[in-house]
Amino acid sequence: MKARVHVMLKDGVLDPQGEAVRHALGTLGFSGVEGVRQGKVIELDLAATDRAAAETEVRQMCEKLLANTVIEKYTVEIG
Amino acid sequence: MKAAVITFPGSNCDRDLATAFEKAGATVSRVWHKDTELPEGVDVVGVPGGFSFGDYLRCGAIAARSPIAGAMIRHAERGGYVLGICNGFQVLTETGLLPGALMRNAGLKFICRPVDLRVATADSAFTSGWAPEDVVRFPIAHHDGNYTADPETLARLRGEDRVAFTYVENPNGSMQDIAGLLSANRRVLGLMPHPERAIEAEQGGADGMGLFRALLGGMALA
Repeated sequence: MKARVHVMLKDGVLDPQGEAVRHALGTLGFSGVEGVRQGKVIELDLAATDRAAAETEVRQMCEKLLANTVIEKYTVEIG
Repeated sequence: MKAAVITFPGSNCDRDLATAFEKAGATVSRVWHKDTELPEGVDVVGVPGGFSFGDYLRCGAIAARSPIAGAMIRHAERGGYVLGICNGFQVLTETGLLPGALMRNAGLKFICRPVDLRVATADSAFTSGWAPEDVVRFPIAHHDGNYTADPETLARLRGEDRVAFTYVENPNGSMQDIAGLLSANRRVLGLMPHPERAIEAEQGGADGMGLFRALLGGMALA
């Protein structure tokens, strides 16, 4: 079973890298970009076969390691 | 006094930190990230600068979950002293021993130069050799030193007098110019600037020795 975790900075946390990407896009002539937020996608290959159990476990992984919940939020997709 | 300095894969200030502890009179043992216990009788644990585990995932994130980090957390929880410098500060925030997080510098550049710091409190073994408002000069060398915390945490840190050092001129966007922080029991210090790189005149200044001498002189027994 595959799982995909999206980790993003929480709303309101300034994202200097996203801002730099937005500026670079402007330089390339993409004038309509009003905001850029940069995050991470983490793909996991799991031995689990039960969707609910897998989601619970991946959420624990997010809380313990994959995201820093002081500044980041995450979403989990299974399958 | 006994100090233990941790080495993670990618640490590069561990020898400098061991040298600074020794110069202040400590007996230093070096411990490896896979060790599960600290040597018997250690008073202070040094978490060095560098790029532990290649800064993969987030700076300090993997090191904070390593076997030796568990021993360091238990040491802190029983009242032991911990000094985390640069990547070591990032490790301490990732363990939760210190609040907040260190994000990419606001200017996006890696900054490597000496900076002036204001001593924000003299109420800790680390800073007792100075008076509040004293200015000291340590080098910084980091890409991710932009201290961030929510407003409640910042208010609590200020209320409890837990900001140890602030930047005189903020180089990295840190909230409230914070360069270093203490734990609630004032025995865990994390800071981005490098006192261990300012221990001899040949390095451009020896202000950093003030921290190590005060610490070795002022530590209560753990």
